[in-house]
Amino acid sequence: MAKPAGKKRNKYGGEALTLVPLYLFTLLFLVGPLVYMVVLSFLTQADTWGVVPEFTLENYAAIGEPVYLETFWESLKLAVITTVLVIGLGYPFGYFMAKLGPKWKRRTMLLLMIPFWTSSLIRLYGWIIIFRAGGVFDTLLTSLHITSESLKLLYTYPAVVVGMVYALLPFMIFAVYSSAEKMDFSLVEAARDLGASPFRAFLTVTLKLTLPGLLSGVVLTFVPSMGLFFIADILGGNKVVLVGNLIQSALMKAHDWPFAAALSVVLMLMTTLLIWLYRKVSGVKDLEGIV
Amino acid sequence: MKNRTKLPNVYLGILLALMYVPILLVIIYSFNESKLSSVWGGFSLRWYEELFRDRALFASLANSLVLAVLSSLSAGVIGTLGAYGMSKVHLPLQGAVEYISTLPMMIPEIILGMVFMAFFSLVGIPFGMGALVIAHTAFCIPYVFMLVKARLVGMDPALAEAAQDLGASKVRVFFDVTLPLVAPAIASGMLLAFAMSMDDVIISVFVTGVNTTTLPVRIYSQLKTGVTPEINALCTLLFAATLLLCGLAALLGRAPKKQDAGKDVTDR
Repeated sequence: MAKPAGKKRNKYGGEALTLVPLYLFTLLFLVGPLVYMVVLSFLTQADTWGVVPEFTLENYAAIGEPVYLETFWESLKLAVITTVLVIGLGYPFGYFMAKLGPKWKRRTMLLLMIPFWTSSLIRLYGWIIIFRAGGVFDTLLTSLHITSESLKLLYTYPAVVVGMVYALLPFMIFAVYSSAEKMDFSLVEAARDLGASPFRAFLTVTLKLTLPGLLSGVVLTFVPSMGLFFIADILGGNKVVLVGNLIQSALMKAHDWPFAAALSVVLMLMTTLLIWLYRKVSGVKDLEGIV
Repeated sequence: MKNRTKLPNVYLGILLALMYVPILLVIIYSFNESKLSSVWGGFSLRWYEELFRDRALFASLANSLVLAVLSSLSAGVIGTLGAYGMSKVHLPLQGAVEYISTLPMMIPEIILGMVFMAFFSLVGIPFGMGALVIAHTAFCIPYVFMLVKARLVGMDPALAEAAQDLGASKVRVFFDVTLPLVAPAIASGMLLAFAMSMDDVIISVFVTGVNTTTLPVRIYSQLKTGVTPEINALCTLLFAATLLLCGLAALLGRAPKKQDAGKDVTDR
């Protein structure tokens, strides 16, 4: 207290040092690589290996080709289908879960955490067992005399959708739950007492109050579903190609890095736009339920 | 809470049960004598025996464990210090750094994989454990950072001030007051980071080296080429490990609440 001026000058001295690792890491290993991605997307692919520092817009023009445009469109479609299904299944789950008593809340949370923490590959593998020709699903249907022959579900579009929904559902549940848990349920009752129909009460009270969670869930399912190439790979064979698969094959098979970079930039822009929209609409900065 | 109808609970039960079906199937078939998953050939531990003979598999499990420990530790340090610093100081570009450092949680993983692969070969970082640790640390930091940040926001600043008024240095306050208070958040952040690292396929595929194949990458390539029942056994063991970790996490989450029940009040 004796030297207020000196104290003010040193106010941030030591504490600013704690930010050094985060600043350095972010600059070196995130800003650097992301900037390089943008630069790379404007460079020319060398004939043999690597890139030539010649400016070109060709990589972006290539995305406009029908084949790739189709992939983007298919990827978007799959992401939308996945997200809609995840909302339909996950929103009621998160909401009902928030209405449970504290003891069951904890139990349900634990039961949710176990599959969530289980390696996604293990869970995918379970679906292979189910969908494979002559697998569990076929056996079940034939023994119930619903069908007599194999449905050959593995390596089909529906299989990929199921895999996606299954992998991403927990994120929606957690997001909606964290919103619904903070909600004052007496508000719904108040609306009902004042004569609102159940539907109206849901729309004007419940939905409004859980919107940040719902929207966060949408971002958390929609964004990854564009890039989850391994689900499309394992459950879809070569039949379902996502933007993620395109990027992967551009990198690993064609070694066309500039094109992969351009695809990534476009995907990144789409993602950023979505998150920006989320923040605009929900008014929440951090994604609800992510931590 | 008055629940007039049991229907919601039935829904919760059914959906939860469905989530376990694929996992249970993997476990059941790991004990199947027959190589074909459509046939039940009787109970057997044959695949477990084969699994334990597979040296390469254990090498990749070891790789994954080392990687997860290293990256969750470094994310723990960087994320905690960063969240603490941001709560105390306001440096230029802070908003931008916060946004970019939490970006890995929000953009599709494939972008990170692509970006690291290109960048590492540009600056000459060889693909392998070092590259993997950097890449995994990048997507682990947000979990620690955001959890610790949320905890710090809910903390009573009077506690640190009191310690300082009593003559403790800032470093001492950090280690004796702040750190113990945010420890649960650091622990759960690092646990989450550990799990994410152990599970990651997408980013690892791009930056892994010849001798540093991680377990998920190995399983992924095996699932793609053809299925061996050995994988069932491996998955079952991994699931058992997950159960153990979950139990541990549940214990960790409960213990601090018992110790100081008042803390949750300051949280709100």
